[in-house]
Amino acid sequence: MTEISLNILDVAENSTRAGASLVTILIDISSADDTLKVVIADDGCGMTPEQVAKVTDPFFTTRTTRKVGLGVPFFKMAAESSGGSFDIVSEVNVGTTVTAIFGLTNIDRMPLGDITSTMHNLIVYHPESDFYYRYTVNGESFTLDTREIREILGGVPFDVPEVSAYIREYLEENKQEIDKEEIY
Amino acid sequence: MKSLAELQAIREKMQNRVNMRSENSNAIRVVVGMATCGIAAGARPVLNEFAAKVQEKGLTDKIVVSQTGCIGLCQYEPIVEVFEPGKEKITYIKMDAEKADEVMERHLIGGHVVEKYTMAASGLK
Repeated sequence: MTEISLNILDVAENSTRAGASLVTILIDISSADDTLKVVIADDGCGMTPEQVAKVTDPFFTTRTTRKVGLGVPFFKMAAESSGGSFDIVSEVNVGTTVTAIFGLTNIDRMPLGDITSTMHNLIVYHPESDFYYRYTVNGESFTLDTREIREILGGVPFDVPEVSAYIREYLEENKQEIDKEEIY
Repeated sequence: MKSLAELQAIREKMQNRVNMRSENSNAIRVVVGMATCGIAAGARPVLNEFAAKVQEKGLTDKIVVSQTGCIGLCQYEPIVEVFEPGKEKITYIKMDAEKADEVMERHLIGGHVVEKYTMAASGLK
């Protein structure tokens, strides 16, 4: 994985597969703390303490098509190798919260990358889950809540070209405003 | 900042058209593998390219782009499967956005499988 946003796409995929009705994705960039924090929280089926203990082990997976599960280990490695930290909390039938903190100016931190495409992909291709997304840079933020969008649209699906394009523009333009020409 | 107000306008414009959007069983299905292996190998630009081109060319009624998980052939990712009603499934391997473009033009629109990118052509079963 070459971008933090690709890790987010991958790990958030687990949330939708866990049957989450709401997936919360928070990105908080703070120059003062020198951190880039990513939180992915869901209200899906959750994991047992045994599964949580093993989930950062690349040779553990619940899948049967192959013997390795690299999504979470990749994310953990990316955070820790930038001087940051990684944490996963889960409870069966309650949900799972993954928190990854990256060293913002650490030379080994991978770029955030195309987070707009990640969020757009998640929202458009997972109509069965709602997403709450908040993007913050030094205290300024914007949010996108698909529950709000769904309510306004009243049954018009997200993969209709006009809606899909609107969601992408909304994500792109608001991010641009918050970033203030800085690239993270 | 872009607001949610524009959505209301989209809704009004779309509402009468929504009823026509029933699942078309004659549509071609393009499925992109988007598990860890696919994403790491570059599946996101492939998926985006297909989705963008389908919208651009106004083919959303004829071609449905969707995603799937790992099908167990991680070393050949990004993998794209094309399901066309009445025809055998075509599996394209080691795709990128440029190849996706070619498949879009020659296969999905033109009707000719782009043999050189298929799993069959690479001698795999």
